[in-house]
Amino acid sequence: MKTMSYIFIILIFAIKTATACAQEINFHGFVQGSLSARITGNETPDNNEGGDYLSGEQRLRGEITGTAESTAFTLKADLVHDSVADEDHVDIREAYMDYRSGHYDLRAGRQIITWGAGDLLFINDTYPKNYSALFSGQPLEYLKTGSDAVKLSLYSDAISADLVVIPFFEPYQLPDPKRFFLYSPMTITGINTPREEIENLEIALRLYRQLGRFDTSLYVYRGFYKIPGMRPTSMTEAELFYPQLAVYGFSMQGALGNGVLSIEGGYYDSLDDRNGDDPTISNSSARYILGYSKQIWSDFTAGVQYYGEYMQDYGQYENSLPAGFPKSDKLHQLVTLRLTQMLKYNTLRLSLFTFYSPDDEDYFVIPEARYNITDSLWFSGGINIFGGKDSRTFFGQLDKNDDLFATMRYEF
Amino acid sequence: MTKYLGLFLLVMLSITVSPALLRAEDAADIIRKSQDAFFAQGKDMQARVKMTLLSKSGQQRLRELTMLRKNGIGGEQKYFMYFHNPADVRGTSFIVYKYPGRDDDRWIFIPAINLVNRIAAKDSRSSFVGSDFTYEDVSGRDPEADTYKYVREDTIQGKPCHVIESTPKNPAEYTRKLSWVDKATYLPLKDEYYDVQGSLYKVFTADKVEINGGFPTVTKRSMENIKSGHKTEVVFENVSYNVGIGDDVFSERYLRKPSEKWIK
Repeated sequence: MKTMSYIFIILIFAIKTATACAQEINFHGFVQGSLSARITGNETPDNNEGGDYLSGEQRLRGEITGTAESTAFTLKADLVHDSVADEDHVDIREAYMDYRSGHYDLRAGRQIITWGAGDLLFINDTYPKNYSALFSGQPLEYLKTGSDAVKLSLYSDAISADLVVIPFFEPYQLPDPKRFFLYSPMTITGINTPREEIENLEIALRLYRQLGRFDTSLYVYRGFYKIPGMRPTSMTEAELFYPQLAVYGFSMQGALGNGVLSIEGGYYDSLDDRNGDDPTISNSSARYILGYSKQIWSDFTAGVQYYGEYMQDYGQYENSLPAGFPKSDKLHQLVTLRLTQMLKYNTLRLSLFTFYSPDDEDYFVIPEARYNITDSLWFSGGINIFGGKDSRTFFGQLDKNDDLFATMRYEF
Repeated sequence: MTKYLGLFLLVMLSITVSPALLRAEDAADIIRKSQDAFFAQGKDMQARVKMTLLSKSGQQRLRELTMLRKNGIGGEQKYFMYFHNPADVRGTSFIVYKYPGRDDDRWIFIPAINLVNRIAAKDSRSSFVGSDFTYEDVSGRDPEADTYKYVREDTIQGKPCHVIESTPKNPAEYTRKLSWVDKATYLPLKDEYYDVQGSLYKVFTADKVEINGGFPTVTKRSMENIKSGHKTEVVFENVSYNVGIGDDVFSERYLRKPSEKWIK
């Protein structure tokens, strides 16, 4: 229903804008087929959807944009046929209106917002993400999903600001146990999302300016964890819920020694578990990213990142952790490496992205090749390789889901 | 007698200052003037740029972008590039801050995920959006990075030219470059690039020069890779100078959402 009202509002606006300034309407889109197949040969359980196929989708994208004077609108929507579930749906990627004035911009509607200096690692970007899409090899843009939000941006020479208000909570989309092999100690019987009430508004603020040659931002967020906590309802069953969260952070990005240095930090204030003694809620933590990327030779770039998550009240966590549950280290670390080589006049891109955690001893490796067959047609293929010492860690639990993926897209 | 002495000296002087004997600084000065004429005319510039990439087998690819440039003080420049085509990069924008004698600052905006990111700038040799032009060919090479020698005079398309040889001080894409610089406009009419083996591998030609807003402008140019047979033809359309582009255009605000007025 929400979807329909969006389309309706946007259409009304589109027609009005079109009549006002018809020459400023643009229409584009694409047709895309994508497939991801598990190659580990593991027998899937009976309730599994799609057998070895983690995803199989056909998408028709329509993208309409219009501009008139200081207003503009954008609608990007995919008509999706999900072959695995054998169902159709509309995926409203973005649907918003813009108003631009001298020193401020206002954007209202479904919009994708990306903050921070990390590469596939996020601290101050608490906006919705789809990890299921990432793990099944969908094009990168599907990692981010829209927020139904109002964003006010203010600009001045001294400092600029983005203020985002999100009335409708949207959690991260994590791999679905119907399609992925996952570690789950309990059977999930329900999901409690925050009620759509005024006090549950998510609010995010970013202040930014150049400091020397560094793009510097300060962030404040008040809302909810997007990865749920799990609250037991019986010995074997549990409900998911989204605890309250505040994040205070910063990021800096700038040139250093022929490369780009990225630094980001944030304090995750676990508002519902400030003492750290509730085992169903993540403890507060200090998180940071240190990244550096550099061109090594022509059309070849390498980037490394070091990510750390330092848990507060670790003693309380240890004491309250139920027996039999996997224990996290006080400091959780990740190292990432990205290598990209462009070939054949940038029409062929070979890339490798790897995550490795020295404490969890798990990894996620994505080698991928993409070739632009023509200016409007491209094909990409790759492998997602998961693994780890323990089948209960973040990437370790995905060990049986190594998959081959391919996407072909025709754009118009 | 003194009258004849004066004439004699004048004749002697003109012999002494024959082109072949021009000092290296003069050659460097010609390149500097040439760079100004080619990359820095006016206070600012707006153009629609169409690039055609032609492979040896005849396959064509098109790149279409709006380019905005604004000159700052002391040779600093700001560039804004907005891609209209091909489809997979439509809406992608770049901002480049160029500083003489140090690496650029570069930002990219990727619309599909609404991401603004810095990009590593030490890729002057890298291909500009898959064309035969490098980033340096598009926005200029630091004149201090090469040493220069005046080679000879020549005439191209009926235009008298200085021919200058550039040799990089540090390893670069080429080991030697010959540039034909129009004596009248200082625009480069032709560049020949030589590789480590000393053989010619890349040729730039200015195919069409037009006067725009009082400035001679290369509106059609091409770069051909002699070895691979790949070629890029570039047409600059609707070139305007001194259009009053504000500094705010080269900011994150406009990178994320360019003003229609400037990217047309």
